[in-house]
Amino acid sequence: MSAELRAPFDRLSFAPSSVFDGYTPGPYFCELTTPRSGDGGALGLIVRRLAALSLEDFRRRTAQAERDLFNLGITFTVYTEADAIDRILPFDPVPRVLTAAEWSMLEAGVRQRVQALNLFLHDVYHDQKILKDGAVPADLVLGNVNYRPEMREFPVPFGTYVHICGIDIVRDEQGTFRVLEDNARTPSGVSYVIENRHAMLRAFPDLMQGIALRPVDGYGVKLLEALCDIAPQGVDDPQIVLLSPGIYNSAYFEHVFLAREMGVPLVEGADLVVENDRVFMRTTRGLSPVHAIYRRIDDTFLDPTVFRPDTLLGVPGLIRAWRKGNVALANAVGTGVADDKAIYAYMPRIIRYFLSEEPVLANVETLICREPEGLAATLAGLERLVIKPVGESGGYGITIGPRASRAELEAARSKLLADPANWISQPVIWLSVAPTLTPDGLRPRHLDLRPYAVTGRDTWVLPGGLSRVALRAGSLVVNSSQGGGSKDTWVLAQE
Amino acid sequence: MSTLSAAPLLARYAESLFWMARYLERVENLARVIDVTQTFESPGRPAQAWESVVRINADEVPFRDRYGTLSPETVRRFYLLDADNPTSIPAAVIAARRNARMLRPLISTEMWRQINEFHSWATALSENDVAPDRLSSLLTRIKEAVQLQTGIAEGTFFRDQGWLFLELGRQIERADQTTRLLDIKYHLLLPSVADVGSALDLSQWHALLRAAAGYHAYRRAHPRGLTPASVADFLLLNGAFPRSTLRCIRRAEATLDELRHRYGLQVARPAERLEEVRAGLEERSIERIIAGGLHEFLDWVQRMLISVSAEIGHAFFRDWRPGDAAA
Repeated sequence: MSAELRAPFDRLSFAPSSVFDGYTPGPYFCELTTPRSGDGGALGLIVRRLAALSLEDFRRRTAQAERDLFNLGITFTVYTEADAIDRILPFDPVPRVLTAAEWSMLEAGVRQRVQALNLFLHDVYHDQKILKDGAVPADLVLGNVNYRPEMREFPVPFGTYVHICGIDIVRDEQGTFRVLEDNARTPSGVSYVIENRHAMLRAFPDLMQGIALRPVDGYGVKLLEALCDIAPQGVDDPQIVLLSPGIYNSAYFEHVFLAREMGVPLVEGADLVVENDRVFMRTTRGLSPVHAIYRRIDDTFLDPTVFRPDTLLGVPGLIRAWRKGNVALANAVGTGVADDKAIYAYMPRIIRYFLSEEPVLANVETLICREPEGLAATLAGLERLVIKPVGESGGYGITIGPRASRAELEAARSKLLADPANWISQPVIWLSVAPTLTPDGLRPRHLDLRPYAVTGRDTWVLPGGLSRVALRAGSLVVNSSQGGGSKDTWVLAQE
Repeated sequence: MSTLSAAPLLARYAESLFWMARYLERVENLARVIDVTQTFESPGRPAQAWESVVRINADEVPFRDRYGTLSPETVRRFYLLDADNPTSIPAAVIAARRNARMLRPLISTEMWRQINEFHSWATALSENDVAPDRLSSLLTRIKEAVQLQTGIAEGTFFRDQGWLFLELGRQIERADQTTRLLDIKYHLLLPSVADVGSALDLSQWHALLRAAAGYHAYRRAHPRGLTPASVADFLLLNGAFPRSTLRCIRRAEATLDELRHRYGLQVARPAERLEEVRAGLEERSIERIIAGGLHEFLDWVQRMLISVSAEIGHAFFRDWRPGDAAA
């Protein structure tokens, strides 16, 4: 270990004009400056290197990094009535750092969660033991809009339904990691994990010099392996494709990114055709067989002959071909029932039920308003709780009690009473913060972490994940649709 | 057939590559056309030269509908600033980038980045940028942006089927655009017997050659003298000049042949059409072409190239069952 790395963390002192001037994380856990053991001195080294940069230098490099992201088209598209505007996900240049020990715990927790989600899905589409035993209310599952009766008794290879999973994790004031949400449908954002690393290497190569980080480049290879795992047996060199809604989808860049990383065609619905229950793509030389599809379109758009008849995004006959075993789909149809916010509340029970283990990662305590006690407790504690609709994503429809006005609380109360089953509530988690570049220099901003797990025969977890940061002071909502940005996530390699 | 490459190319990608190349080539040539037109402006009647640009693009009606009277300013605006005009430079850049966006899984990051930057710049030009005193340097920048893309593609694009579709689009568009460049001279000066060979006439043929980047190449082929017939011959029929129509058509034929030979594509219909155009060019001397009417001949070449393009569409982009393409 170098002398630089061994310098003790508590001897930090910043120059008067340092970017850290005025930085205080307050009561929150800081992902960079709250001392943690087992970092091998890396946290202090990173802080010292950052502090040595002038604010001007910092801004210049960040602006260049953001310009690069824009010119490289690492963007999502925002549609207004008149225009299509390409935006980058705002990039914050201060990395979020996880120690090797933190990561190995997170990784184990993510694996466990994915395993439980898959066992749960297999059960609810087959024997339904967990429902019969009453560990999870049957109507919550069977009456869920995302439960797909078409999936009953349909075997999927290795019992894997959720091939790609993104799990949203936050860290509270005590520094405890907690799962906030499971994303088992078509989670997005993984492309930014890799692109943020490339952006850091371009703009701040000096910051990571000599610090051993876990690489993030393996994602495409692992994803392709998983898709090959699940392709129909007996196909030598399976043709994999990525099915996208096309260039008008806001996540189109990510679809491009993943298709390129895997070296497979990015197809749209109209590029595929089903004949004799087999899937083909239209090529310059005629129809060419397809064996596994990483689909980035929702269940109900997949096949107009089974789901929404009005969609043009999907492929007529695709579900039949799938059920015949002629093509594999990732993720499987019907996974949405497992990542529902109401089911989330039962995840600790689901883990214990199927794995006979305690959850590695805690949940956030959740009140289910469809249950009378849950509704009563929620109404009684509105001003202390976060109230969330069960079916929404992207941070929409949330009321944060301690931050809400009288009128907002009353609006939430009437919505709760009108349709209790649509809501859950949770105590406010004061998310951890990290130093983030603002017009005033580095300031604490709240953030979360979304690790990505890929599962074919086995599960692999991408080291780190997407760190999303709320750029507005005090905001707890990190979603890009609500003004969030992202950071490069550094997992320190084992010493 | 054992040497056939196995990797299939999505029909939609092939179509996008073909059209991306065509739109970019169109941008470069439109810049050349506008550049030469500026030099054709004659004192007292500046609009006359600009009118020919509108005519060779067959834009008389849409132009009148949008701008009414024709002036150098309105024509420049129509082709350099007006993205709502589908034959304008910004519209072609937008179309090229839309195709590039579709092709992002396939093209190199460097190609995408350059076209993205070019798009940001070319669609944000203002009236000031196209003022007469800045026009030439603006057009140079536009030409160079396309040439840069062509060069980046040459140096970075994976050489599979996709490359051949890019090449096919480029050659066919270039063949077509050279006929238009030549046509502009025809429209501008229906040569009265008295004018032919005059100082003005010759200086315009010079300008035309320069606009096609062919002046020095022409001099190597014809060290002495410059006649309208020999310039037309050079631009249409020279076998070595990279922008000559005949050479572009031969390149397109070779590309189709490679698609058949290396990738097993059924190229018969478009290949027959191309052969027909080539024969039409090879069989005639420039004297015969001029005697029969240069404009009429250029028009025939353009119509034939449209039908080549349609056959390419049928063979590779729309009918995906090999049997149907020949039906």
